[in-house]
Amino acid sequence: MLTEHAKLMKVLSASKEIIGRKKLQKIIFIAKKLNYPFYEKYEFHFYGPYSEELTLRIEELCNMGFINEVKEKKGGYYQYKYSLTKSGQEFLSHYDLDMPELQNCINELNAQSARFLELVSTILYFDHLDKEEVKEKVFTLKKKQRYTDEEVEEAYQFIQRLQDHKFSAKIS
Amino acid sequence: MTYASEKLPEEKVFKDPVHRYIHVRDKIIWDLIGTKEFQRLRRIRQLGTTFLTFHGAEHSRFNHSLGVYEIVRRIVDDVFRGRPEWNEDERLLSLCAALLHDVGHGPFSHSFEKVFHLDHEDFTQAIILGNTEINRVLSKAGAEFPKKVAEVIAKTYKNKQVISLISSQIDADRMDYLQRDAFYTGVQYGHFDMERILRVMRPREDQVVIKYSGMHAVEDYIMSRYQMYWQVYFHPVTRSAEVILSKILHRAKALYENNYSFQADPVHFYSIFKGDVTVEDYLKLDESIILYYFQEWQKEKDPILSDLCNRFINRRLFKYVEFQPSNEQLMKLIELTNLFKKAGIDPEYYLVVDSSSDLPYDFYRPGEEEERLPIHLLMPNGEIRELSRESEIVDAITGKRRTDHKLYFPLDFLKDFSEKRNLKKQILEILQLTDKDGFIL
Repeated sequence: MLTEHAKLMKVLSASKEIIGRKKLQKIIFIAKKLNYPFYEKYEFHFYGPYSEELTLRIEELCNMGFINEVKEKKGGYYQYKYSLTKSGQEFLSHYDLDMPELQNCINELNAQSARFLELVSTILYFDHLDKEEVKEKVFTLKKKQRYTDEEVEEAYQFIQRLQDHKFSAKIS
Repeated sequence: MTYASEKLPEEKVFKDPVHRYIHVRDKIIWDLIGTKEFQRLRRIRQLGTTFLTFHGAEHSRFNHSLGVYEIVRRIVDDVFRGRPEWNEDERLLSLCAALLHDVGHGPFSHSFEKVFHLDHEDFTQAIILGNTEINRVLSKAGAEFPKKVAEVIAKTYKNKQVISLISSQIDADRMDYLQRDAFYTGVQYGHFDMERILRVMRPREDQVVIKYSGMHAVEDYIMSRYQMYWQVYFHPVTRSAEVILSKILHRAKALYENNYSFQADPVHFYSIFKGDVTVEDYLKLDESIILYYFQEWQKEKDPILSDLCNRFINRRLFKYVEFQPSNEQLMKLIELTNLFKKAGIDPEYYLVVDSSSDLPYDFYRPGEEEERLPIHLLMPNGEIRELSRESEIVDAITGKRRTDHKLYFPLDFLKDFSEKRNLKKQILEILQLTDKDGFIL
């Protein structure tokens, strides 16, 4: 019961803090693409892959007092910070979740900017296409972000690194 | 003449209780309707288990898909045609995407997707792009045409205007299902002035906007949607049936994985249980197949599978109490779980928290990381304004998510005091189903 919620809490436990809703969305999507057992359904939205289900689960966890959400004004907009509360840690201790290498994977992702994770997750969303088609998608659907060729290359290398480090749950 | 521009010698019409008539002139649309993958939608109810609550809700995804097509046809042929912001070359693509937007839905897809981690949108893509009759029809209009249709439905097509016709906060999909579901369930909610909305829709770069004069019709549409969600879609009795359905699928899968010997061998489920379902396997599934197994599984030796199927087929549903997630309630849930185990009632199948949530309307705030495409009004001076900035009614519900949690359980098991009487009484007390003298309410 509430296992899917517990997995999200494990991500927050591994990362200590995640700054930004967009970042949280993209971290879970990328982890899912690396075969970690997250089952939130994603669709393509403004900022790339987005899951309404994930938004809902996070809200529920906040309501239950297991996750702390802090809203901060930053420049012209608000930013949200997420961390696990004490009762969240206590609740999580009831679960034995087998997610090898999750901590390292999440730390690696959390160290990146939200903009970069948006690019990485968009590339992964179109991973059934060949590289040239993916680039065309990025430059068409994300034209407002003005990603450069270098950033796309960097994102591909980052994905390769994640896979080489065997963060992929199936490989490990 | 190319296949894409080919018209039928005479217009075909379908009688429809919501739109009166659905008009087909394009040969490709007629051919798509005739494919076996599209005809399969006749055997999948639009509202899944809702027919167990509202007995009229027997309409299919076939009806709805035709309805969405008809709404888009009216928009592009009667409202957008000839307007400089509309590219007529996108007409056929919009119609095909509207018709096929739900073609990947399976039987009782809400439960199936949750239990087996499937996504009907993946199957929609696979059906449009794979070795199917639909793909062969679409390919006749151009080698790249199936891909474009798939992209519109996946919301990754370059022209956002086309996407927003089928998928946005005011789109043809919602406009059809609200009216159709209201008609078939028999409720008085869900009605709004669609003709008015269609007349005031205007194509703009990257989106479809609504003329300011149509704002009140849009307000009505948003309120209709809100009421339909809480009165029909999230009805607690329907959710009880969904809970039981999900648990049947869970149980069948668990038995299969433990090499249980089924009397009615679930051959249609094998690839789903194994997690390697192909499009071909998927297309063989419809509600008649699923209900056949549920009928047969009532006779299985496994008491849980047999009982759950009996409940679903004969509408002996679970009862519920309100459950507001909090630390205190979770402790209560853990206690109930232990008591259920002691009473010999497996909590994995018979004690279930179900949540429903809806956000009636929201808009994108720059930098706030929200993801919803807003409804934009076209003001008399040509300015574009977000709807909730102009409408006080919409502003009152904007961004306000409503969530409902319920705890489901088999009251009949708990009321059966022939064994474990004290434990069951204790459970009923925790569930607050007894009065101060201990009588069951």
